[in-house]
Amino acid sequence: MNFDDTPQEAAFRAEAKAWIAANAPKQYEDELRKASLGRVALKGANILEVAKAWQKKKADAGWACLHWPKEYGGRGSSPIERVIWQQEEGPFGRLSSMFIIGHGMCGPTMMAFAGEEQKRKYLPPLASGEKIWCQLFSEPAGGSDVAGLRTRAEKHGDEWVINGQKIWTSGAHYSDYGILLTRTDPTVPKHKGLTMFFLDMKSPGVEVRPIKQASGASDFNEVYFTDVRIPDSQRLGNVNDGWNVSLTTLMNERMSIGAGVATGFPELFDFCNSLMLEDGPAIENRAVRSKLANWAVKASGLKYTSMRAISALSKGERPGPENSIGKLVAGSMIQDVATYALDLQGAAGALSGIEDAEVAGKFQAMLLRAPGTRVEGGTDEIMRNIIAERVLGLPGDIRVDKDVPFNKIPTKGRA
Amino acid sequence: MNFDFSDEQKQMRDEARKFLSEQCPPKAVREVLDGKAPYDKALWKGLAEMGFLGVAIPEQFGGAGAGHLELCVIAEEMGRALAPVPFSSTVYLAAEAILIAGSDAQKQKWLPKIAAGEAIGTLALFEGKGNPSPKAIKVTANGGVLNGVKKPVSDGAIADFAVVAARTGSSGRESDISLFIVDLKAGGVEVKSLTNIDLTRGQAEFSFKDAKAEPLGAVGEGWSVITQVLDRAAVLTAFEQVGGADRALEMGRDYALDRIAFGRPIGSFQAVKHMLADMYVSATLARSNCYYGAWALSTNAGELPEAAAAARISATQAFQHCAKNNIQVHGGMGFTWEFDCHMYYRRANAAALGLGSLSYWEDALIDRMRKKNAA
Repeated sequence: MNFDDTPQEAAFRAEAKAWIAANAPKQYEDELRKASLGRVALKGANILEVAKAWQKKKADAGWACLHWPKEYGGRGSSPIERVIWQQEEGPFGRLSSMFIIGHGMCGPTMMAFAGEEQKRKYLPPLASGEKIWCQLFSEPAGGSDVAGLRTRAEKHGDEWVINGQKIWTSGAHYSDYGILLTRTDPTVPKHKGLTMFFLDMKSPGVEVRPIKQASGASDFNEVYFTDVRIPDSQRLGNVNDGWNVSLTTLMNERMSIGAGVATGFPELFDFCNSLMLEDGPAIENRAVRSKLANWAVKASGLKYTSMRAISALSKGERPGPENSIGKLVAGSMIQDVATYALDLQGAAGALSGIEDAEVAGKFQAMLLRAPGTRVEGGTDEIMRNIIAERVLGLPGDIRVDKDVPFNKIPTKGRA
Repeated sequence: MNFDFSDEQKQMRDEARKFLSEQCPPKAVREVLDGKAPYDKALWKGLAEMGFLGVAIPEQFGGAGAGHLELCVIAEEMGRALAPVPFSSTVYLAAEAILIAGSDAQKQKWLPKIAAGEAIGTLALFEGKGNPSPKAIKVTANGGVLNGVKKPVSDGAIADFAVVAARTGSSGRESDISLFIVDLKAGGVEVKSLTNIDLTRGQAEFSFKDAKAEPLGAVGEGWSVITQVLDRAAVLTAFEQVGGADRALEMGRDYALDRIAFGRPIGSFQAVKHMLADMYVSATLARSNCYYGAWALSTNAGELPEAAAAARISATQAFQHCAKNNIQVHGGMGFTWEFDCHMYYRRANAAALGLGSLSYWEDALIDRMRKKNAA
């Protein structure tokens, strides 16, 4: 048992480290390092431009989408090399947030289902960040139950005509392309009437409207489709086989094992180390210590769970199912941590202005953003179902709409 | 990076699991549970023959000289099987104390006997309620004899010898505490069995009346040795706890798959599925913390105090969580003597206390993290 690199890993790490040291946009390092949950913002610079420039630089030197084949803009690296890169990229990796969906979900779906010519055309600019992609799956009527989506695609000659609405689409407002899951046959059970496409987000009839979130920020969008035309050549997979295509997308969700998940614990520990309560330093208060210890072991548990997964990759094995706990644990933990950090401040904990609030309002921002982390990318409840079914082997839910034609499924809970 | 046990160590785990599933089925645990024997003597002998008792004891002292990673994988299996033997008190506490502080002669005297299953040892630390603290130690050592009362002492009623923490000074500092080895068969110690929530592992009270005692380590260094022993035992016990947690989770999962209610397996209800998913989460966090503890223990790393506390807290929580929810999944049957669920529940809650309770380790973890932060 050890934490050491193999000689090959060490050589790769040294190469990555040297290249990053010579090329990374160091002027932003401090700001990137301090950014915690939520949006990364840079003072006096356009984050999108900085991110695109860094991605392009990486791509030109062969450091973009490391695990993709070279002909599609990647490096052909092993999974462990990808993890090492993420570790070395450190805070600069935060500049990749707008590429995550494209690189982690759209790219792999294109790789599996697009034609060779399309792959050579679309994947390299996706890898280099010159084009940004989004994923258009969720709808008002289909969140956790994504197969309940209602956006229609109807065939007219060699084209499909799309009408409907998507929601929670991250980055739609700056995306160039998207992958789109639609309903092509409402007369069959819901999973059997879906079809996947990719489209140009600048197509006529596509309208992107930002959603103002509960936190006040806008990371997501609604996307409306009104008679949007997509050529049949941009269909991914067979007609009515979109559910299986979407499973490929979802299985390729970014493996965050190299980067680690945010729990809020390091911030809280530092805060308690400096905070004075009426009867002395917070860190010496018994109740505070008990809370901290409980979160400390969750944070370390997640960290060493990642290390176990990385070790599996290092040996060329598939990581075990244990990595599936990360999002579930971290999501509610960051919410609890933020709540407690405010509680420790009494009435002043409610202040969130950068000048008035402790730690520049970081915990207040964390608190307001946290509900979203427990919902996006699979709610806590869906994550528990996944663990129960795929890891523990418990039966799937009984699906009352499994054999019902989609257009016969009730649409309202109460009449 | 290779943050995992080696193939040989995993093979040893498989061997231990196979051995224990044959030699220590729930029926054997119940012999001790029902009070028919104070511990499973045949199993103890078998563990010695397998080389498990001396796995981390150097070869020159009669052990296998393998190491602590090997001991961790065996500990996990012992916990999984609820082995009703004085393994933790003898191997994690007494043997570790002697390995850390013993003279060559003391090692020669006791370690080969431990490895051979011929001597049961324990650590006599607590004196009534409260967590480990030098201030709580009132048993005195004067002129080579001990006086005072220790309780609870794990496996005290079946032990042949004990490592005893006693007071040798009155300065109010840690250096007032020294360690001694007491041969419990040599007279001067009255041993009384105490009833406890885990009926598969005994607790006892020792009353020392001018009991002959031999110093273990230098006078005044007892507390520093105790702290080291507790850290090492915390990692090893955490592996037992993780083994128990995993087994309780499996029992709950299996029952949820088999039991039909409302026309379907209860494991298809989300209320049950989510409870089991949360048990898996606890057990996984604990396992990962334990691996870090194992690494720190086996390399004697400076991180051991922090890693041990984290493993201890996480594994305690996981075992308690899995054991109590295992009963919940089983419903009424889980609350019967006949089903094995309560044996895990009893063990989980007793194991949570034996080396100092959660609040003690929480406090220790924060102290140790602060120290690291300041460094």
